[in-house]
Amino acid sequence: MLNHRFLCRNEDLKEMLESNKESLKLEAMKRIVGLIAKGKNASELFPAVVKNVASKNIELKKLVYVYLVRYAEEQQDLALLSISTFQRALKDPNQLIRASALRVLSSIRVPIIVPIMMLAIKEAATDLSPYVRKTAAHAIQKLYSLDPDQKEHLIEVIEKLLKDKSTLVAGSVVMAFEEVCPDRIDLIHKNYRKLCNLLVDVEEWGQVVIIHMLTRYARTQFVSPWREDAMFDENNEKAFYDSEEERKVEQTKPYIMDPDHRLLLRNTKPLLQSRNTAVVMAVSQLYWHLAPKHELSIITKSLVRLLRSHREVQYVVLQNIATMSIQRKGMFEPFMKSFYVRSTDATHIKTLKLEILTNLANEANISTILREFQTYVKSQDKAFAAATIQAIGRCATNISEVTDTCLNGLVLLLSNRDETVVAESVVVIKKLLQTQPSQHSDIIKHMAKLFDNITVPMARASILWLMGEYCEHVPKIAPDVLRKMAKTFTNEEDIVKLQIVNLAAKLYLTNSKQTKLLTQYILNLGKYDQNYDIRDRTRFIRQLIVPNEKSGALSKYARRILMAPKPAPVLQSAFKDRDRFQLGTLSHTLNSQASGYLELSDWPAVAPDQSVRNVEVVEPKFYSDSEEEEEEEEEGSSSEGSSSSSSEESVSESESEENSDDSNKSSSSQSEKSSSESDSEKKKKTLKNKKLQQQKPDILIITYLPPQIMQKTLLLIIMTKYILIHIVLSISTQFFVNCMCSLLHLCVFLACQFDVVSWHVHVSLQASSPVFVPETSHELLHRMTGKGLSAQYRFTRQPCIYGNSMVSLQLTLSNSSDQALENIHISEKSSTGQNIHRFNAIGERHTTKEDEFSVSIQPAVGELLLPITMSEADFTKEQGNTNTSYWHADETPTNRPIHFSVCISRFAGKTVSSGSLVLVSVALKDPDAVITINTEKTVIGSMLLRQFKTALTNSCP
Amino acid sequence: MPNHPVPVPSSVLAALKNKTIHLSAAKMIHSLFLVNASGDIFLEKHWKSVVSRSVCDYFFEALERATEPENVPPVIPTPHHYLINVLRHRIYFVAVIQSEVPPLFVIEFLHRVVDTFQDYFGVCTEAAIKDNVVVVYELLEEMLDNGFPLATESNILKELIKPPTILRTVVNTITGSTNVGEQLPTGQLSVVPWRRTGVKYTNNEAYFDVIEEIDAIIDKSGSTITAEIQGVIDACVKLTGMPDLTLSFMNPRLLDDVSFHPCVRFKRWEAERILSFIPPDGNFRLLSYHVSSQNLVAIPVYVKHNISFREGSSQGRFELTLGPKQTMGKAVESVLVSSQLPRGVLNANLNPSQGTYTFDPVTKLLSWDVGKINPQKLPSLKGSMSLQAGASKPDENPTINIQFKIQQLAISGLKVNRLDMYGEKYKPFKGIKYMTKAGKFQVRT
Repeated sequence: MLNHRFLCRNEDLKEMLESNKESLKLEAMKRIVGLIAKGKNASELFPAVVKNVASKNIELKKLVYVYLVRYAEEQQDLALLSISTFQRALKDPNQLIRASALRVLSSIRVPIIVPIMMLAIKEAATDLSPYVRKTAAHAIQKLYSLDPDQKEHLIEVIEKLLKDKSTLVAGSVVMAFEEVCPDRIDLIHKNYRKLCNLLVDVEEWGQVVIIHMLTRYARTQFVSPWREDAMFDENNEKAFYDSEEERKVEQTKPYIMDPDHRLLLRNTKPLLQSRNTAVVMAVSQLYWHLAPKHELSIITKSLVRLLRSHREVQYVVLQNIATMSIQRKGMFEPFMKSFYVRSTDATHIKTLKLEILTNLANEANISTILREFQTYVKSQDKAFAAATIQAIGRCATNISEVTDTCLNGLVLLLSNRDETVVAESVVVIKKLLQTQPSQHSDIIKHMAKLFDNITVPMARASILWLMGEYCEHVPKIAPDVLRKMAKTFTNEEDIVKLQIVNLAAKLYLTNSKQTKLLTQYILNLGKYDQNYDIRDRTRFIRQLIVPNEKSGALSKYARRILMAPKPAPVLQSAFKDRDRFQLGTLSHTLNSQASGYLELSDWPAVAPDQSVRNVEVVEPKFYSDSEEEEEEEEEGSSSEGSSSSSSEESVSESESEENSDDSNKSSSSQSEKSSSESDSEKKKKTLKNKKLQQQKPDILIITYLPPQIMQKTLLLIIMTKYILIHIVLSISTQFFVNCMCSLLHLCVFLACQFDVVSWHVHVSLQASSPVFVPETSHELLHRMTGKGLSAQYRFTRQPCIYGNSMVSLQLTLSNSSDQALENIHISEKSSTGQNIHRFNAIGERHTTKEDEFSVSIQPAVGELLLPITMSEADFTKEQGNTNTSYWHADETPTNRPIHFSVCISRFAGKTVSSGSLVLVSVALKDPDAVITINTEKTVIGSMLLRQFKTALTNSCP
Repeated sequence: MPNHPVPVPSSVLAALKNKTIHLSAAKMIHSLFLVNASGDIFLEKHWKSVVSRSVCDYFFEALERATEPENVPPVIPTPHHYLINVLRHRIYFVAVIQSEVPPLFVIEFLHRVVDTFQDYFGVCTEAAIKDNVVVVYELLEEMLDNGFPLATESNILKELIKPPTILRTVVNTITGSTNVGEQLPTGQLSVVPWRRTGVKYTNNEAYFDVIEEIDAIIDKSGSTITAEIQGVIDACVKLTGMPDLTLSFMNPRLLDDVSFHPCVRFKRWEAERILSFIPPDGNFRLLSYHVSSQNLVAIPVYVKHNISFREGSSQGRFELTLGPKQTMGKAVESVLVSSQLPRGVLNANLNPSQGTYTFDPVTKLLSWDVGKINPQKLPSLKGSMSLQAGASKPDENPTINIQFKIQQLAISGLKVNRLDMYGEKYKPFKGIKYMTKAGKFQVRT
């Protein structure tokens, strides 16, 4: 009946899906998704659903995707019907559609389409949209799990994507790398520095993956930083990482940290402040496994902070802290109180906290800890109280000063009303007594007295064992206990019976006069016991202790066998050997190797070649001031030798000053830029000027000039070269340092937007970097006019961080008066329709006196252009089809001899504000030059022409 | 005692490692099951091939073994999978993992899922999830791709999938239009992924709540065993365009350990102790901080208690008086006292001087809703407890948990200096509110 109704409903849904109304179809799909969510089977609707895969309605389409991904595996043939739709969508101009098509296509687990998937992934990996490339990285893992034979091809794609400079892609591709080929560490070398530098800007989930990967990488590539500090290491004897061999190396040469190693540590440090607990944990484990020991303390606070988070987070973090605290007590000792147990904590949290407190205990704090433990013992949570008693036992063995105190405390607990507490105390006391039994016969006597009231088998067994083991210390009581036990033998638990047999045997050997009969009685009882263990034990004991003809030599040694001194048990932390697993991993949490766990390798004794990480191309500039960053790198590495914390601080300070505009925004055009940069590598050969190449290796221009001409027209090309969108004012470090005494130098950010017009260019215009940035600065405000304040500006030719249609400008303000100038800012009233991105006022407002100066910036027209990349053919074509453009041609007489018959140099650019194309070609014909400028902006065209003329005429020798 | 593996020379290990072939590589979240308080699976979602829901049997076993719902271990190994669960709003979110993955990664993600649901549906209950199962599915689809987190920022998700409102539901049913966005969220590709573009408000406002919580353990005699202050700044920012805000403190040195929303520029903070950020749109947690432990923590309330049981008597005495201590002249409000009485207590017959109290004879939980503390007339709760006849005297006294609120006070003394906005021209309305709450505030008796 039910089944019938269910079928009916599905019929109903089928009808809805086949109707013409979108809304009905959508309703049907929603219900189907509801079915899937409940775990009901809706697979027979597949044919009806798959028809809607090409629907125009986005939501309907998405729901169909959900369905497809769920059931395609079961209905492979029908699923193939949908493939062509996705193939078409892969070519869609909308990146969202391309990406989602690839997502679904790769999620359909149908082996037949593997080649199609492979093709799609390869194509998407070179897509212009970083979002699509990210999806491609995800698809790699899916294809790999579908068909591991594709590994080699996939590795090629991974290799390509690893080079990607987009922060969006980085996390996903590293994930794919970890899954497909985690052993191909060689793929990382060239991307190592880039990944380190990108890390802060990658999304949080990607950060976790990258950090874990880099941890493994670093352990194979750098030498151990721990040797030196092994000497200061608090538990030196535990420095198990150092093998003998390594020690020798240490003696021969001092340790210098690889700058790349330092780079990783430095770039991950800010992530300790992340709100994502997984990121914080990842950085912590990275520091734990990679950082010199004395730098480790910075992770403590962050880890303790995580304890404020959800219960589940606490659980994992506490486990990791427990492992850490065994090796390095000092790290967490100041935070001991954070591990105090609250009555509201969950039991597993309580036990972990207890574990950590026990690990942290030392001579100095033991009294505080024991006082705290006293309240725990009284807890209503009896399992926790029992765990506390264990912990007290551990403290007592580890710290000999308090052994007696602990023992007395535990003896007091023997009169506790709760059975579990008493039992646990007995067990712990037994372990403690083993260390020094002779002094404690009182305690043994006391326990014998309590014996009648204790019912927990483990505790009874423990007491009996103690009696037997130390029967010589309690010669009067032991036989009496045995007498009582003989009476109750049959009613005891197995574990107790075994100990009774044990006790009997031991007493027989030491005091056979009193106990011979008792022993025989017990052995007889044991002989017919139901449990075979007890029967076996009884038989064994009988043969051993009762001499007869058959028992040969062994019984002579019975005493030595049974009464042999036994080593005291070592009370250890359960986390003792957890450090064999990398911290923060699932395996560590479970304390057993999870599938897919990648072991962290030991440090290499000798560092592998460092140069493998060298990259020919300068690292991409993610911050407007990445040059300063590089300086810091050097600075950082040079100070490594001393590696004092003060040098660290100074580095970070200078860094923050320079970067006081933040990375976040500065990379606004970064994804666009990076793609052009990768192109640039191919076209780099076009430029031959070596000097320039040294300065900026990735240059993009469409000039095919012989060097001589280059030199002559260089200036001119340079003048017109770049898009300045936006004005960034900054001061280099050295400058800052040099002029500190007399001048007030400030970093200021200002942007001018010259005019905002919508962006409509037909050719795809990709911006390239400037060839040359002139150092000359222009005066904005003279110190006389400015009453002491002088200002200079310079076009930095860097992309503007505040907007695409802005030009960046570096403003240097200096104070040549003897008073402090305060509250320097750009006033609101800017005329001329220029849009200026104001900087924050400098200095605080204290004075009342205000001055206002009006200044104006007059950029050379070239500063408002942005060079773009264009093939020569395109250039000619654009020049030809400029029906809307005006062109200017002029012949300029040059009065210098030129030795080449015809050389044409070309420059392509666009205006910053509107993006209109500007094409300039200069043809040098002896002795004249023909300048052709094509642009739709008449004014810019004529101004350019004028400047070209002057420049060409003046540049002649 | 487990045997410790004998250390193997590193060279041998390295040689072994090179030969290891990773057959099963790392994979993230495989499936998700939602389990309600009565132990029923009411939603399942698979990102890869389907995992049978019978895998949850291992979870149910653990659930049965646990005495309290909170005691279920967060990570449960099963023969072929690993189950990682979080418990929020009495729903277990059970993620199925197939191989090695940082457990916090999964836990953090699951909590993010819960936060998103809460953000979308106002509450995260079984009913709400069942009512919005399609949106839930769409969200989960966007949040994970192949088990790897894709879009978890609430601002991005809201552009992809519009949160359900009554109006939109009605319109959608009539017109068949969708609540799925067609464009890639602009934030996704920009460097400010947490903020959507094109935000417009007629009233531009930015509110910041500085909320501090005192975690403390007070011992029997009233002295403080441990006390620390943890704070957060929650923001509700409704500003047009791309505002760039800076928030500065009068006394930033108080903040010892901070964690930021990704929008905060870390370097600015390092250098100038200023929070500079382009805020997400709407509600978000800007900052959480810890006040350095060197500072003495002011304890705003004190408790005088006398809870005693006599041997042999079936009566126990219960006396509790609350009073304000260091409150900087502010009133202590919304005071709630709760205590887990020993198992031997059958009933409590108490008399509150103000507020109401309840005692649950099954869970033995006593809670007293005090309200506001009036310094002139201190609230007290006095009376007797009846014990099980013949039972021996409980050997421990209950701990007392206290909740309270103090408006307009940040107990650490933290003060916001000023809030400035750059990048936009309008004048926003700005508001800052301070509040102190009890965190885990326990008094041992």
